[in-house]
Amino acid sequence: MAYPSAIREVHGSQLSEIREQGLYKEERYIHSPQSARIQVEYPSGAAVKAVVNLCANNYLGLSSHPDVIQAAHAALDERGYGLSSVRFICGTQDIHRELEAALSAFLGTEDTILFPSCMDANAGVFEAFLGSEDVIISDRLVHASIVDGIRLCKAVTDTYKHANMKHLEQKLEEHQGKRVRLIVTDGVFSMDGDMAPLDEICSLADAYDAMVFVDDSHATGFIGRTGRGTPEHFGVLGGIDVITTTLGKALGGAAGGCVSGRKEVVELCRQRARPYLFSNTMAPPLVAGALKVLEILSSSTARRDKLEENTEFWRRGLTEAGFVVKQGESPIVPVMLYNARLSQDVARDLFAEGIYVIGFFFPVVPQGQARIRTQLSADHDIPLLEKALEAFERVGEKHGILGLDKKGIIEKFGM
Amino acid sequence: MEEVILEYIRNEYLDEDDEEDIELDSKTPLISSGIVDSFSMVSLKRFLEKKYEISIPDAEASAEAFDTVANIVRLIQRHQGDA
Ligand SMILES: Cc1ncc(COP(=O)(O)O)c(C=O)c1O
Repeated sequence: MAYPSAIREVHGSQLSEIREQGLYKEERYIHSPQSARIQVEYPSGAAVKAVVNLCANNYLGLSSHPDVIQAAHAALDERGYGLSSVRFICGTQDIHRELEAALSAFLGTEDTILFPSCMDANAGVFEAFLGSEDVIISDRLVHASIVDGIRLCKAVTDTYKHANMKHLEQKLEEHQGKRVRLIVTDGVFSMDGDMAPLDEICSLADAYDAMVFVDDSHATGFIGRTGRGTPEHFGVLGGIDVITTTLGKALGGAAGGCVSGRKEVVELCRQRARPYLFSNTMAPPLVAGALKVLEILSSSTARRDKLEENTEFWRRGLTEAGFVVKQGESPIVPVMLYNARLSQDVARDLFAEGIYVIGFFFPVVPQGQARIRTQLSADHDIPLLEKALEAFERVGEKHGILGLDKKGIIEKFGM
Repeated sequence: MEEVILEYIRNEYLDEDDEEDIELDSKTPLISSGIVDSFSMVSLKRFLEKKYEISIPDAEASAEAFDTVANIVRLIQRHQGDA
C-alpha cells in the first residue's frame, strides 16, 4: 500500500530517462486479425490506417488461417476455454500429449514437453538438466530468453564469437574437464536473420564430446526442405540433443513453446523445470490450433515454398534498389541503417507510405548497428511486395541512402 | 600489462569488421558497453590468473572490477602485491 511520492518520483525519472534516450517503446493498436494487410491506429487516437505488415513473425500466414480457427473453435466447444491447473495436477488433457507427440514426430526427436511459451522453455530447461560440474558455451548473440535461462542455472558459463567455429573449438578445448559441455545457439538469429552452421557445430560436438542446444523459434515450420527447421537445412535432423521452439510465431502465432529432444532431458524438465511446474497449462483451443497447424505443414510444403519465393524476391529487390541488406537465406531481412535516428525516420516515412516496419537500435542490437528488420510471410504475394519495394525506394531516395554502403551511410549520418 | 590485456580483449571479443568501429583503450567500459559479456568473465578471469600467476577470488571478479582495463590492471597489481 505504501507508494510514497519519493518512490513515484524515482520511477517517473527512470521513465523520463528512457524517453530522453529515445528508447521508449510505443505500442501501435491493430484493429484487425494478424495478416499481410492490417488496420493500424497510430499514433494512439489517430484514424485507423490500412498498411502492409512487414514485421510479424507470421512466417507461414497461419495466424488467422480458417482451418486453424475452426480447430480452435471445436476444441473450445469440446474441451473448454481453460483448465485452471498446472500440467501435473489436473491440467493435462489427451490433446496435450497428442501435441507433444506430433511435435516430436515433426521435429524428429525422442520426446517433447510443452511450456506456456518458448521464453518459459528457455528459462527452465538449463537448470533442469545441468549443474555446477557442467559448462554452457553459448553464441554471443543468443536470444534474451536463453540468457535469462543460463543465468538461472548453476553451470559454468562461457561464450563464443557469433557463429565463429574456430573460437567455439578453442572454448570446447578449454572446458574438456567439465562433465557436460553444452553448445547453445539460436537456429536462425532473430535480429540478423542468419543461421548457425549446425553441420559444423555438430561435428565439433562429436569431436569434443559436447551436447548441442538449438532455439529454432525463427525456423520451425519453414527452414529446411520440409520445414523441419535449421537441423533439416544443415542435414543434422535427429542429431540435435535439445531443441526449443515456439508456437507463437510461424506455428499459428497464439502462444506456447516446447523443449524437444533426448527423452531423459524432456523428463527432467517435466520433473524440475520451474516455469513448467509453476505456471498454468496451455489452453485447449491453442493446443488444438497447433495440432491443426502441424497437420497442415505435414501434408504440404506449399506455404514454406511460397515464403521462400517471397524471400528471394524481397532480398533481391532491396539489394538491387541499393539498400544494404544483411546476407542470409531466412525470411528475416534486415535493412542496415547503422544510425538510430535514421532508422526511426525511415520507419516513420514508410508508415506514411502504408508500410509497417520497426526500426531497431541499441540496446536491442549492438551500438551503431541500427536497422529496419523486415520479415516475410507466406501471406504476402509478389504484387504486394512490388508495391512495398516501390515505397522503400521512395523513402530511400528521400534520405539519399540508395547505393550507399556502410561507410557511406555512416559518413552521411554518423553512427 | 595494459597492452597485453587490451590485445587479449581485442582477440577474444572483437571481430575484424568491429575493429575499425570500436575504439578500445584502458578506459573503455567493457561490460557496461556490451563489449565483454558477463558469461565469459570466467574465461577472462582464468586468462589473467594464468598469465600473472595470481588467484582472484570470485567475490572480487565483479562486473565493476572488470569494467575497464585500468580497473583490471589495478586488481592484478593488488594481488601481485599479495604474493
Ligand atoms: C529466438 C527466440 N526464442 C524464444 C522466443 C520467445 O518465444 P515466446 O514468444 O514463445 O515466449 C523468441 C521470441 O521473441 C525468440 O525470438
